[in-house]
Amino acid sequence: MIKVEHLHKSFGKLEVLSDVSLEIAKGEVVALIGPSGSGKSTLLRCLNLLEVPTSGHVYIDGVDITVKGTNVLKIRENLGMVFQHFHLFPHKTVMENMIYAPTKVKGVDKETAKREAMDLLRQVGLEDKANSYPETLSGGQKQRAAIARALAMKPEAMLFDEPTSALDPEMVKEVLQVIQGLAHTGITMVIVTHEMGFARNVADKICFLDHGQLLEVSTPDVFFSNPKTERAKEFLSKVL
Amino acid sequence: MGLDFSQINFGFILGGVLVTLEFTVLSTIFGFILGTLLSIIKISKFAPLRWFGIAYTSVFRGTPLLVQVSLAYWAVPQLTGYDIPALQAGIITFSLNSAAYVSEVIRAGILAVPAGQRDAALSLGVPYGKMMRDIILPQAVKNILPALVNESVALLKDSSLVSVITANDLMRRAEITMSNTYRYFEPLILIAAIYYVIVIFLSWIGSRLERRLRQSD
Ligand SMILES: Nc1ncnc2c1ncn2[C@@H]1O[C@H](COP(=O)(O)OP(=O)(O)OP(=O)(O)O)[C@@H](O)[C@H]1O
Ligand SMILES: [Mg+2]
Repeated sequence: MIKVEHLHKSFGKLEVLSDVSLEIAKGEVVALIGPSGSGKSTLLRCLNLLEVPTSGHVYIDGVDITVKGTNVLKIRENLGMVFQHFHLFPHKTVMENMIYAPTKVKGVDKETAKREAMDLLRQVGLEDKANSYPETLSGGQKQRAAIARALAMKPEAMLFDEPTSALDPEMVKEVLQVIQGLAHTGITMVIVTHEMGFARNVADKICFLDHGQLLEVSTPDVFFSNPKTERAKEFLSKVL
Repeated sequence: MGLDFSQINFGFILGGVLVTLEFTVLSTIFGFILGTLLSIIKISKFAPLRWFGIAYTSVFRGTPLLVQVSLAYWAVPQLTGYDIPALQAGIITFSLNSAAYVSEVIRAGILAVPAGQRDAALSLGVPYGKMMRDIILPQAVKNILPALVNESVALLKDSSLVSVITANDLMRRAEITMSNTYRYFEPLILIAAIYYVIVIFLSWIGSRLERRLRQSD
């Protein structure tokens, strides 16, 4: 459902992604890993055009979204995104965070949106936090709320950018469990993560990015036991 | 020579409070609305719009308010034949002028909202306009509320300038009283006290609003 072809991205003179090509099938769970600064976030953000690629193509369900005049908003509705630092709207309650986009962007009526939001909050274990402001939540709760907010748009795919990197260790598990739960629902997921154990468990495919190049795409078993490139071996020896 | 308030027509002077307040409130509101639009123009990706915003601010900040208000009142009728009422000329000028100052404040407020808020809104498919209105501006305004209250206080104080174009505000009523009674201290100290009370009142509303907004996080 997502296809990336010869993607290049530069910030000024700095080339951050160079010639990345990648295909992600519907329902697939892909873990994107690599050293800090290798371009993982940038690649993820190119998929929903939060960053505009310098050259190359990104196809979502067969539609080339890098062509001028594509309905970027429609594409984004369909690709939920979860950030390292949650980015809940601080002036809105959890419930208001959840129903804002469904009602204001999709035109879902408020009652339906609230009902669906409540179901999602239950799913992530936050049904008692619907009327709280984000400030009063713990990090893990914030991230679960942010995941629920993205799911409220009923996206076909979810993009996660280091969803647990800003969390205290004891809260990592509750968030990973929610994501793992999603993997079983058949939703397509791209997850940037430093949690190698999690990547190994949950992913169908590991993508290893280094210095803006996609050096390896393989199954977790192959990647973790028998990486092809020296770079990947070196990286794994540091993180495992 | 002692003080003698007996010749002062209090009712006449106090009538100026309404004029001064009407003037201040309307200029604050229009200035805020225009300033918000101008601030959005200034962060636009489209360069000519940005240049317009910068030029606008530069002109309004670079010329005296008294000259601007006089232009609106005396030059507009000469050019267009429309005999503009003093209060209208004053409100238009002050709103346009205030917009220049307020737009800088709001622009800074918008830039101070973390970039992640924009990312989060855009990633949900929220269009730019709605994102600005519902997500970015409410957070920006909350942070700059003290500066906006200051702007309103400044407008109130500067409003005494409209007396030169014959608007019947507090200042002009004091001047009329002075020329009728040849008493200067009494009417002036009276309107100074009135201005001061209104300023304190505005600041009080501002700090209440601020506390209210604080509670929502
Ligand atoms: N908006 C930007 N402007 C300029 N340079 C940027 C921008 N965003 C990212 N970069 C640079 O691009 C490179 C890749 O950044 P990116 O955030 O994609 O890396 P990453 O793999 O996600 O790293 P991390 O693991 O630290 O999150 C870095 O050198 C970064 O400094
Ligand atoms: Mg990153």
